[in-house]
Amino acid sequence: MNFCLNFPLFLIVLSLASAVICSVLNGKAARLTAICLAALSAVLNTVILFYTYRNNISIPYLMGHYPHPWGNELRISPMEALFSAAFSSILFLCLLGGTMQIRQKVQQDLSRYFYVMTCLIQAALLVLVYTNDIFTGYVFIEICTLSSCGILMIRKNGRSTLASVRYMIFSLIGSGLFMFGLIFMYNVTGELLMPNVRSAVRVLWESGRYRVPLLTSICLMTLGLGIKSGLFPFHIWMADTYGTAIPGASAVLSGLVSKGYIFFLVKLIYDVFDIRVFYASGVQNVLFVLGAVGIILGSVSAMRENNMPRMIAFSSAAQIGYIYMGIGISPGLGITAALFQILAHAATKPALFLASGVLTNAMGGAKKFRNLQGSGYVHIWGGISFTFEAFSMIGVPLTMGFMCKYLFGAAAFDASVTKLVLTLAVLSISTILNTIYFTRSVICIYRLPVAGDRTRERSQTSFIFAAAVFIAVNLFFGIFGKSFIDALGNCVTIF
Amino acid sequence: MWTILWNNRIQVAAVILFAVGFVTLLLHRNLIKKVIGLNIMDTAAYLFLTSIGYIQGRLSPVITEADTAAEHYVNPLPAGLVLTGIVVSVSVTAVMLALTIRIYRRYHTLNLDEIYRYVHDEMEGEK
Repeated sequence: MNFCLNFPLFLIVLSLASAVICSVLNGKAARLTAICLAALSAVLNTVILFYTYRNNISIPYLMGHYPHPWGNELRISPMEALFSAAFSSILFLCLLGGTMQIRQKVQQDLSRYFYVMTCLIQAALLVLVYTNDIFTGYVFIEICTLSSCGILMIRKNGRSTLASVRYMIFSLIGSGLFMFGLIFMYNVTGELLMPNVRSAVRVLWESGRYRVPLLTSICLMTLGLGIKSGLFPFHIWMADTYGTAIPGASAVLSGLVSKGYIFFLVKLIYDVFDIRVFYASGVQNVLFVLGAVGIILGSVSAMRENNMPRMIAFSSAAQIGYIYMGIGISPGLGITAALFQILAHAATKPALFLASGVLTNAMGGAKKFRNLQGSGYVHIWGGISFTFEAFSMIGVPLTMGFMCKYLFGAAAFDASVTKLVLTLAVLSISTILNTIYFTRSVICIYRLPVAGDRTRERSQTSFIFAAAVFIAVNLFFGIFGKSFIDALGNCVTIF
Repeated sequence: MWTILWNNRIQVAAVILFAVGFVTLLLHRNLIKKVIGLNIMDTAAYLFLTSIGYIQGRLSPVITEADTAAEHYVNPLPAGLVLTGIVVSVSVTAVMLALTIRIYRRYHTLNLDEIYRYVHDEMEGEK
């Protein structure tokens, strides 16, 4: 069974090769290639997950059998396998559920490039999750940025192009800060391999030498990844980006790309900054405050929005805030809650974007709530999917959203009294705000249209399948999530 | 304080250049100047990296048979990182310029405020 440890490298190379192959195929063949690749990646990563979890394996994988510093390394553990499997499965469902809209909204001769970009995003996400080298992480962060911009600018209208420019500007600012932080880290430690950097960081922190450059480096790298993933107050690009992109692209960007950056940050906290140094540095308090403010202001912005995709985008900003708040709460339960929130949001938001896409399509491209009245009757599965995922976002019991809020509440009891009070207050306020704007949108799509009868639209089988799987997964982890969260906590300890 | 700054003058210059590039990229309204800011920011990072990789009195890292002692050569890794970084920087610059050209062809301006105004007008007519 040891050969399955070669799967990550195999999948990374295969994803990069598939991107090249897709660029010379026609749209249909490229779509098939990208979907099969995502499915294969999901299956192989699940195999790695079972193998590493059962045998409690967390080992470096030497690429080409060359040790550091001549060769490059991956790190294979249950945590990496779990997130790779989750990201690949969600990519598979996004591509499947968004097929029709990609076909309709992207020029036929350009559609293959959309799939080229998704293959590159998959390669970048796999590397961000598995890599054991900071600089390799930086290079694939940039590859992820460029491919994400590619799936945004594939629609040639002015708004998409402007949204791509804004996305690129914020992403490049984030990458620049990350790179400068990385250089500071290399400057004080002389290492790029994560375990070696962590050992050097521990020694430096205990001796008190280079305290300022070390702290600067931690701040710059955290801030860089925060900006790229949409941490408040750098979330302003999200509404334009997710609001104008095709639903499949919004689903991939909000569900996977931003989560890939956050997972990489969690990996850095454990493997580079050292968990004790990070929580002694005070950076976690800044993340906690920014996350908490982001939750409230993101929800308020979503409440004021009258455009459905933009409302979901602002809701994403609030959900990202939860993850950062979790990281800020405490190293044990807080990080576990943040990791579970990454998975929950990655399994919910793409489904919401896909559902809003089919609902707006069913109403002739209308995005404003007043023009979406009755869309839930026109596209039955779109309505069901949107309603269920909206309830999950609110945190209705038996859904993943409820489990997340419960976990954040439980984690807060591990933290100081101030953080406990703030967390509980933020959770209560945000739940009320979420209830207001999501209930309003559900009522709107099920309100009878003012005039004219619309014929019921037939749902595409691939969309029904994707929506049903998203709902089933959400329910499963919402009901039986306890043992999964315990396992996640175990994985954190051997991270 | 001044002695430390003088001893690390190249790194200080790199940090100042980085800040100039960062502010230009974030705040300037002209798209071409934003791209220039991006390049200043990246170049500052490479300057920093190159300066810490160079040690006065040591040879370039091409080992000859006459001298195989590693401590006589500079560390080749920073130069390798700079090369990789330059490739990344060229790619993102190319994409930003492509986007700028597309924006200019559509709105005939590079000023972001004016572009927002045009896009806002387009949004007004949306359903």
